[in-house]
Amino acid sequence: MLHIVNKSAAERSSLESCLRMATKGSAVLLIEDAVYAATNGNAAAAKIQAAAADLKIYALGPDLAARGMAGRVLDGVNVVDYGGFVDLVAEHSNCQSWL
Amino acid sequence: MSDMDEMDDGSGIIKKFMFLNRKAPHGTVYALEGLEVVLITAAFDQDVSLVFTDDGVFQLMKGIDTKGIEVKDFSKTYRALEGYDIEKLYVDQASMDARGLTEDDLIVDVTVLSVDEMANLMAEQDVVISF
Repeated sequence: MLHIVNKSAAERSSLESCLRMATKGSAVLLIEDAVYAATNGNAAAAKIQAAAADLKIYALGPDLAARGMAGRVLDGVNVVDYGGFVDLVAEHSNCQSWL
Repeated sequence: MSDMDEMDDGSGIIKKFMFLNRKAPHGTVYALEGLEVVLITAAFDQDVSLVFTDDGVFQLMKGIDTKGIEVKDFSKTYRALEGYDIEKLYVDQASMDARGLTEDDLIVDVTVLSVDEMANLMAEQDVVISF
């Protein structure tokens, strides 16, 4: 399953809920304000790094760049472009957007 | 004429305005709209303080490149605020720490305040407008 999160972990609980529900081997794609969680020094970074042991974590590159965060991505997080976003959706049988 | 008199009476009053920015720049329209309102307020010669806390500190990041998401990059506008006599920019130390940021990461010169200092600054305002 592909989980998609788009809200900042500092504002909403959607990332936390997602990580609680995501089963081993699932993919989590961070887009829009959710990408901050995947950057060095962010309060949510430890959660992402812990989750990366069982989940594949992706972050959308254009959203990172638009926030000045392209150079601060955590190790273990895969940066994808819009084409990669489409591939992730196509590769997984289902997806859940955590609104 | 009485309406005009009232306007004249009020024209010289300078109030302390705080614009409190708590949202990241592109996920919502708050940051851009807040900046527009600040620029409008500058035309009225008020005592303006611009404050960035929580995800709002992300508005001031250096190196923003919005080409990929095809939205306006308004981050350079923060550097123009000085030209509008808006020179009091503050960030919250705790918000910076929780995001791994230092002053060097920001596009403009700011004053970094502790929670207590920020609370006092807020308490002394005539008007606080939140975005």
